[in-house]
Amino acid sequence: MKLLTLNFLTCAIKTCKSNPASFPLHPKDAELEQIEIDMNPIFIRNILPRLDWVALKTLSSELGLASLPEDVPTEEELMGEDGEATQTLKDLHVLLMETGIASGRLCCGACGHEYAVKEGIANFLLPSHLV
Amino acid sequence: MDYLIRFIQMHETFRRPETDALADLNGFKVEWLSYSDDSPFAIIRFPDDIDHDTAAKALISRSIMTYAIYELWGTGSDYEALHKDIRKRTEHLWEQYRRPSFRFEIDSFHGSRSHGERRDIMESLGYMEFQGPIVMRNPDHHFAIFEDFKLDAKSPHQLHFGRRIAESGRGAITKYNLKKRKYIATTSMDAELSLVTANMAQAAPGRLAYDPFMGTGSFPLACAHFGSTVFGSDMDGRSVRGKKGRNVKTNFEQYGTSSLYLDGFAADLTNTPLRTSRYLDSIVCDPPYGVREGLKVLGSLKPALQQEVLLWNGQPAHLQSDYIPPKRPYSFLRMLDDILDFSTTMLVDNGRLCMWMPVAGDVDEDEAEESETVPEKAPEEQEEYDIPQHPALELVSCCTQEFNKWSRQLLTYRRRRDSEVDVDALAAYRMQRLDLQVNGSKKSTADELNDFRRKYFQGFKERT
Repeated sequence: MKLLTLNFLTCAIKTCKSNPASFPLHPKDAELEQIEIDMNPIFIRNILPRLDWVALKTLSSELGLASLPEDVPTEEELMGEDGEATQTLKDLHVLLMETGIASGRLCCGACGHEYAVKEGIANFLLPSHLV
Repeated sequence: MDYLIRFIQMHETFRRPETDALADLNGFKVEWLSYSDDSPFAIIRFPDDIDHDTAAKALISRSIMTYAIYELWGTGSDYEALHKDIRKRTEHLWEQYRRPSFRFEIDSFHGSRSHGERRDIMESLGYMEFQGPIVMRNPDHHFAIFEDFKLDAKSPHQLHFGRRIAESGRGAITKYNLKKRKYIATTSMDAELSLVTANMAQAAPGRLAYDPFMGTGSFPLACAHFGSTVFGSDMDGRSVRGKKGRNVKTNFEQYGTSSLYLDGFAADLTNTPLRTSRYLDSIVCDPPYGVREGLKVLGSLKPALQQEVLLWNGQPAHLQSDYIPPKRPYSFLRMLDDILDFSTTMLVDNGRLCMWMPVAGDVDEDEAEESETVPEKAPEEQEEYDIPQHPALELVSCCTQEFNKWSRQLLTYRRRRDSEVDVDALAAYRMQRLDLQVNGSKKSTADELNDFRRKYFQGFKERT
């Protein structure tokens, strides 16, 4: 489960949706994996404004990864004048697209419900008393 | 100049909407000068302020419902008229085509020509005086004569002549053929219609697409083929995880698009874990029709299961690693409404929802009868009523694939900008949804909840 995907995921329980504490989910006993893939600069530039930057910083520090800049990088910080990808863009690619949680649990900060991640696949199905 | 599109003569209702979706993706609109569902030839015009050949190439190169696009050199109801039209439209161009290599091709739809006839037809075009070498493979210019025959007619009723600009993206159909895909399931969507769906959803590099019922990943794979980044979920986690060495992820590896696949996870749309914010460019899905099994969502009708269930040792059952959450029947129409409402909260402005919906075969006949007895309702209105609507979504197109006793429709919606949305209609819609959620439906069996399922099985009874 890539760190980018985790920026789109919150607690599946309806009553948690309105509680700011439910996002981001907090990784527990997370085993990280690193998979090298091709860089997609257009996608990262397009998706960056849609991310919750604060949540990404929280997640990154909870996982003990490199600390992120205070604010979302600007277009100029991602692409050099020569059109080449900057180090900032490369770092974001590694963090968002290549780093993932292979196994562990994702915990809701509001209700404490935990979602298991196995082989990179998370399970968000709820028991009937929580639906 | 005008352009001629050579369509496939199948899935007719998908053809124009796919072309329009691709035009829109490229930021222009095409003007349809002639189009008929009965003919594989259509004539279009591009806006004046863009380069036409570039536009034609961009329009057709990833299209699935066409074979190729041609610069139209002439058209006519017989050869005399065709030659006259070619002279009128292109005489000033001939000079520049005199030297380069070229070839002619004859494409007779619903008809055939003997070798001698073909030669005579090609030679009748000799007045253009092309003197370059005739090359069958990769000539500089590829010209085609199109003949449109009515079924069983002796001679064609319409002729066209054109210079080929670009071939379509139909090659992808062979590549994505289900027979050669390592991991599929019983309801995997075939390659051709998956790719068309991805075109309608305007999947493209830099964009993000999501499939809430991904199964073995047919739609995400098709979207990734066009460069979109994708992710998906399914209520059946087994379909995402797959079996030894065969799963959604290995499908992406097979097609070399792993870098575009983010993740798949187990989730239910009615209790979605997605953060509510508008970050999706496309939502593509083929929701379960509930024919094989009744349609289900998470939850239970049993009172005992509304409480936390404890095992004999006092451990909560849902924390066990092999726990399978109970599911309850759900109304098919509510599911479609849920998808629409979910889409409005998740799609960016002008983002697209592409959703397949089954229609029982006898629906149209019933409706026709009803509209005869109730003359104040136009048949179109009647039809509109059946298609799920949402104030924040504009229905862009509705394409039908016919089967023997039923059919299914690909519905494409565009997320309106908030400024375009009728505020009162949206408020009324929300109230209605809330009312449905609180009061719910008293129906509980699979057939009561799913009109399509009921009609589907009635259809079978009538036949036996």
